[in-house]
Amino acid sequence: MNSLFTPLSWSDSGLILTGVWNTVIISVVAIVVGTVLGLIIGFARSESNKMVNALFGSVLDVLRSVPLIIQLILFSTFVGAMGSPLAPFVAGSIVLSLYTMAFMSEVFRSGFESVSPSMQIAARSLGMTKWQTIYHIRLPIGLRAVFPSWLGVSLSVIKDSALVSVIGYMELLRTSEQLISRTQQPLEILIGVGIFYFIISYPLSHYGRYVERKMAI
Amino acid sequence: MISVQNVHKSFGDLEVLKGVSLDVEKGEVVSIIGGSGSGKSTLLYCINAIEPINSGKILVDGVDVHAKETNKDKLRQKLGMVFQQWNSFPHMTVLENAALAPRIVKKMSKEEAIEIAKKELEHVGLGDKLDVYPTKMSGGQQQRLAIARALAMKPDYMLLDEVTSALDPELVGEVLDTLRLLAEEGMTMICVTHEMGFARDVSDRVAYFHQGVIAEIGEARQVITDPQNPLTQKFLSKVR
Repeated sequence: MNSLFTPLSWSDSGLILTGVWNTVIISVVAIVVGTVLGLIIGFARSESNKMVNALFGSVLDVLRSVPLIIQLILFSTFVGAMGSPLAPFVAGSIVLSLYTMAFMSEVFRSGFESVSPSMQIAARSLGMTKWQTIYHIRLPIGLRAVFPSWLGVSLSVIKDSALVSVIGYMELLRTSEQLISRTQQPLEILIGVGIFYFIISYPLSHYGRYVERKMAI
Repeated sequence: MISVQNVHKSFGDLEVLKGVSLDVEKGEVVSIIGGSGSGKSTLLYCINAIEPINSGKILVDGVDVHAKETNKDKLRQKLGMVFQQWNSFPHMTVLENAALAPRIVKKMSKEEAIEIAKKELEHVGLGDKLDVYPTKMSGGQQQRLAIARALAMKPDYMLLDEVTSALDPELVGEVLDTLRLLAEEGMTMICVTHEMGFARDVSDRVAYFHQGVIAEIGEARQVITDPQNPLTQKFLSKVR
């Protein structure tokens, strides 16, 4: 019996796992890179004067305000047109990381700014240098304060990573689209994909609340 | 010795110190009283190089506090300071709060720093709170922690900026008792305070600040109980 469509079977699990893995890996890359860059920019913005801030701010505003899917398409089309197309993973990682950075920098900036000047003066009055005060006081207190927001951004990055499928990256959504076109079983597959995102996100947010309570200051 | 010589200090157009001179000898306790906005807290901030000055000079053990070549971080190790707001480090236990600066500023070993911190915490009556987080403590306890934290640096001088003003009335006593103890042990202190009883009983001298100048300074009991300057008399009659 030869049909154009073949139903979902266990032999598809390899493809699905590849999709899962690719989703995880690009999310991790974006969260790590975005966090590191966001931390640096967030700190720089909390320290710097209005001019520098406005300059930084407008770039970040663009990254935050233009829909991710448009950024992905624009970026990959642009580098493609320049004659040296990037692998979907590379292009996707760059765009998703910068997008994450834009949100993380605001998160961290508000964290640094939440540490009162008088707290810092108290630290300096003990003889601590500026950098010791930053490292031992401002950083740990600021990071604790923004942990919930950091987790929120991270979780949405995991979900947003599905959009990288539009530039051909074989993450979970894209693999499932391929399976759907072959099996014509969209309902089962999309429900499965949805459950997968839930399985990643829910424990993380739950764990986040636990950590938050533990760190409560 | 702390020597303040004709110091002027402005915030923008507002001149808050208009030529203040004050010498504080080793072992002496000087209280500064005066209305709000009279510049008394600003003077402490200037002595600790937290605020720059516009003119004049402040010497601590002969070192010009505001000279460019002065290492201000090093200088502040000599000058313990406690503020109106206690500013406990909320992410550290009481013991860690007090041990942090000895460890990272004085580069002591962890054991050494902890030993000193413990000693100072017991000194201020917090020996049973070592592993508690400061946010779980009362304001009075946190203020005593701030005192112990400063003492753990083994400062030669203590600058106290209205340390009881933000406290609930019933918590003021324990903090004043701690300061009294320090005074008895011979710590050199400059206290900006609104506690007239404390100023009278604990300090050697009292200075009354009025609109950026020292309007009257003299032996503590005399200034508080028998002020000579009409401005001091007026101020004291209002706060009593």
